Amino acid sequence: MEETVEYAQATGLLGGVWLLVAIPLVSAAILLLLGRRADRWGHWLGVAAIGAAFVLGLSFFFQLRGLENKSVELSLWDFIAVGDLRVDFGLLFDPLAAVFVLLITGVGFLIHLYAVEYMSHDAGRRRFFAYFNLFVAAMLLLVLGNNYVMLYFGWEGVGLASYLLISFWTERPSAATAGKKAFLMNRVGDAGLAIGIFIMFATLGTTQYDEVFNGVGALTGTTVLVLGLLLLLGAAGKSGQFPLQAWLPDAMEGPTPVSALIHAATMVTAGVYLIARSNPIFSANSTLQLVVVSVGALTLLIGCIIGAAKDDIKRVLAWSTVSQIGYMFLGVGLGGAAYALAIVHLLAHGFFKANMFLGAGSVMHGMKDQVDIRRFGGLSKYMKITWLTFMMGWLAIIGMFPFSGFFSKEPIIVAAFEREDWTAWLFGGAALLGAGLTAFYMTRLFVLTFHGPQRWTEDIEHPHESPKLMTIPLILLAVGSVGAGFLLATSVPDWLTETAGLGGEHAEHAAVLSHTVITILSLLVTVLGAGLAWFLFRAGTATAPQPAGVLVTAARRNLYTDTVNEAVFEKPGIFLTRALVYLDNRGIDGLVNGLAAAVGGGSGRLRRMQTGFVRSYATSILAGALLVMAAFLAVQAGWLA
Amino acid sequence: MTELKLPSIDYAAISPILIMLGTALLGVLVEALVPRRWRHVVQLTLALLAVLAALTMVVLSADERIITAGQALAIDGPTLFLQGAILVLAAMALLLIGDRSVERGGAFVAQAAVTAESADDRRQAEGRNGLTEVYPLTTFAIGGMLIFVAANDLLTMFIALEVFSLPLYLLCALARRRRLLSQEAAMKYFLLGAYASAFFLFGVALIYGFTAGIPGRSAGVDFATIHAAVGESPASPVLLFAGMALLAIGLLFKAAAAPFHVWTPDVYQGAPTPVTGFMAACTKVAAFGALLRVFQVAFADANWDFTPVLGAVAVLTMLVGAVLAVTQTDIKRLLAYSSIANAGYLLVGVLAPSRDGLAGTMFYLVAYGFSVLAAFAVVTLVRDDDGEATHLSRWAGLGRRSPFFAALFTFILLAFAGIPLTSGFTSKFAIFGPALEGGQAWLVIAGVLTSMILAFPYLRVVVMMWLSEPGESTPTVMVPGGLTSAALMIGVLATLVLGVAPAPLLDLAAGAAEFVR
Repeated sequence: MEETVEYAQATGLLGGVWLLVAIPLVSAAILLLLGRRADRWGHWLGVAAIGAAFVLGLSFFFQLRGLENKSVELSLWDFIAVGDLRVDFGLLFDPLAAVFVLLITGVGFLIHLYAVEYMSHDAGRRRFFAYFNLFVAAMLLLVLGNNYVMLYFGWEGVGLASYLLISFWTERPSAATAGKKAFLMNRVGDAGLAIGIFIMFATLGTTQYDEVFNGVGALTGTTVLVLGLLLLLGAAGKSGQFPLQAWLPDAMEGPTPVSALIHAATMVTAGVYLIARSNPIFSANSTLQLVVVSVGALTLLIGCIIGAAKDDIKRVLAWSTVSQIGYMFLGVGLGGAAYALAIVHLLAHGFFKANMFLGAGSVMHGMKDQVDIRRFGGLSKYMKITWLTFMMGWLAIIGMFPFSGFFSKEPIIVAAFEREDWTAWLFGGAALLGAGLTAFYMTRLFVLTFHGPQRWTEDIEHPHESPKLMTIPLILLAVGSVGAGFLLATSVPDWLTETAGLGGEHAEHAAVLSHTVITILSLLVTVLGAGLAWFLFRAGTATAPQPAGVLVTAARRNLYTDTVNEAVFEKPGIFLTRALVYLDNRGIDGLVNGLAAAVGGGSGRLRRMQTGFVRSYATSILAGALLVMAAFLAVQAGWLA
Repeated sequence: MTELKLPSIDYAAISPILIMLGTALLGVLVEALVPRRWRHVVQLTLALLAVLAALTMVVLSADERIITAGQALAIDGPTLFLQGAILVLAAMALLLIGDRSVERGGAFVAQAAVTAESADDRRQAEGRNGLTEVYPLTTFAIGGMLIFVAANDLLTMFIALEVFSLPLYLLCALARRRRLLSQEAAMKYFLLGAYASAFFLFGVALIYGFTAGIPGRSAGVDFATIHAAVGESPASPVLLFAGMALLAIGLLFKAAAAPFHVWTPDVYQGAPTPVTGFMAACTKVAAFGALLRVFQVAFADANWDFTPVLGAVAVLTMLVGAVLAVTQTDIKRLLAYSSIANAGYLLVGVLAPSRDGLAGTMFYLVAYGFSVLAAFAVVTLVRDDDGEATHLSRWAGLGRRSPFFAALFTFILLAFAGIPLTSGFTSKFAIFGPALEGGQAWLVIAGVLTSMILAFPYLRVVVMMWLSEPGESTPTVMVPGGLTSAALMIGVLATLVLGVAPAPLLDLAAGAAEFVR
């Protein structure tokens, strides 16, 4: 990392990069402020804002291609300037930011379009689009900021929008609970990120990307390790990675377009962005990289195993998101050229996962909001477009040649096999096993939904295909699932290596297996997994839960991660809260347990000193005065000595 | 026979003080001469114009750096910045004081001499116009505060302290409703205030004794003399330290630092809410202005000696404020304890002996003043038939009833809790940063920990407002008239702007952050 990172000032058309954030933000503000007056046309304003942002993003992208050093910085104003601390309110537009902008606004636009129809029967549609635009604005701020504080603002902003949208249907208790869970688990990660930023302030005196990256070399190994682990904690929280993965599947309580945009295509990939952006930090410490790789490999397997045991269509997709992001973490953890591979997979995933989520929404739309895949079956005859587009997504995610997943996932598996020592077998094997499992559970999902005998509930007579406004985005995303992989895998890595420090020196190790062997192996496990699932589920499945072995039971219960969370965090937390409320209500301090309760108890005791009598106040002032005098004189005694 | 020499006085530099005190005298004449019907309008206009004129004079003399009126007044960067802050915040407070749309006749009693709780009292509570003497009283208090932050010797400082305290004691007693509570508050404030003044005065005497006997200088209590004496005086340092302690006690009482905070919750609760807002914003600025000057000018060289003691006071103050706020059930008492905790944070700034520390403290004072005035403005709006509904249980479900005002109040509470993009975040940052650089990490750690405790009561109010169902006893929020709306919106906007783009004010504070000696 000897080369220094420098960004040029933005000029000309690129000086308008701030508009990318401003347009969705203003439209969100309009929708929220106008209230019901905007009910009739509000959703179209939301769609138009994202469309405009996409067009702008595209033109900025082409501008950027024409530049020599492929990155521009735009300093808007000094946000904080106290002494040596200087935080810029500034934006950075470079290849990494550019591909994210295109993904967020492009996929976002299609999903907005879809949501116009999907939410048409919901009284809160305007509010929904307001939050949705707020989310897009925050997400764009996250990827466009030129320092960690800006990133943190975007980070908190997308978090806020995400909770608002998860618990959008506040009348459902499960939605409110899921919102709370997401909030709490994200807090853990956010705290890590915040402390990481403080450490940057303390050790480097700055949070600007360029200055931080140039300064990393001067830090001790331990500092870099701690800093990196804290950033990783933040990334794991936002991206639903081990050990903070449990909130993501519950977040499916939100409306389906939300699941597609926020909890599949964009926000949950923010963790990958954070690590890719901070790659000079992660590349500086090999232990750190090992931790990232391990988290990725572990999470991708957890996601696959649990995904194979779930029956709720959106939850299966959610666990597959967890697992696919595991692949991306694996990629960014491997470092070197694999950073770019992870971003390619992220983009490809954005397309095919959004495609499948919207497909799932379309199925639910036609099946009266049924989500249980045991209650579907045979839908291919009734929903031709949904079926075909979903099939493209399915083939893409399992990595079948020549769909996009093949071009984006397989290089990561190869890269995992390229590690120096025995860990090549460990991580490569995990990635390969994951590919087989993915093929299995995704095929199970696909077959149970669209093929086999009909197992519908009695009230459904004739499922209908969704209206055009929903199918057109599906078709466009399906085209992306088919073609994007090849295009992305051939052009994006070169483009991304223009990003400061990304890629570059790629330590070329001979893989423990040859490239061809790995390709054949991965295709083989995919076909095996898919074939096995097809064989098992072609004739449908029972509509009630079946008794199962240890592994399946464990998987159905999310591998007991929720139980662990409950035992370690929830139970003591509830206990503390109850104790505090008890104190609060009764003013009894008999149950002083834990820190929070101690505060409450102390508060109650101290409160009794506030008697209301002037005489006791005067006494306490006198006592305080004597203490202060005594303290000063004690200091003075030291002065004389 | 020594000749009596008149000190030269720079009248332009001290004109803000003269304007405020002159207007206060004029206000007394207005009470005597103007017909009752017109008094309210005339007095309010007069007071606001005076504040505006004084503010203009402060802005015009922005580059003034002199000591004038003998050694009595120092007109320098911090003085001008803090005078400007007091005047801006006082203008907002005057808007709240002058409002008569929220409560018929205004927040003040119509006839202070009527026995509380009597039949006459109930009749006057029904909407007879409130006393207009509050305006001269307020302008006197503002004038006193302007002197207090400019005072360059301890006697001037003492007189200024009394000039702004006495009107405040009276103002506290003038609430229209719950008059017994209000009078009790005023009585307590007066007794304890007098008590604290005695400590201050005793401190002045001891310091005077300490300065005697330096070769080539006569004894005195101006800051230059004290500063010189700290290094050179042959007198016993016991005099210095005892005097410093007693002075600190007098000032910490006004600043509401523990253990001299005991009056704060009772007085904040009992006083008419606009007056509470005025005290929370302006008195705080004045008290810390004086603390800064005494400890960073007069006692600057005894830095190593007072820092541990005042640091302990700061930590105790933060703890007491934060911990006690947790169990409060009355919104005004909650805000009182929050104001105590904030005094602790401000003390951290006082103990950061650098230019950045001074600038950060001054910035904090302004930012906090705006937020706290906006908070009390909202408190005046939430009411039922018996006046303001300050018990917290009554605020449950307010978000459903009046989402707009509940949202504003939520924003202010988030600012108090120090959430980014609010002034609460930037101002804590501006104080803790320099303190950390000055080697006071323990104070910063205490500050961060207590602000985490303090976030709990704030968030509890937020949760109550938004997540509880409104009950039958949930009061309605009055739609305020122009004056209160203006004050509220100024406060909220300032809280937002200072959170998003604090740089201009920080620059201004940094440019002003140098005392003259």
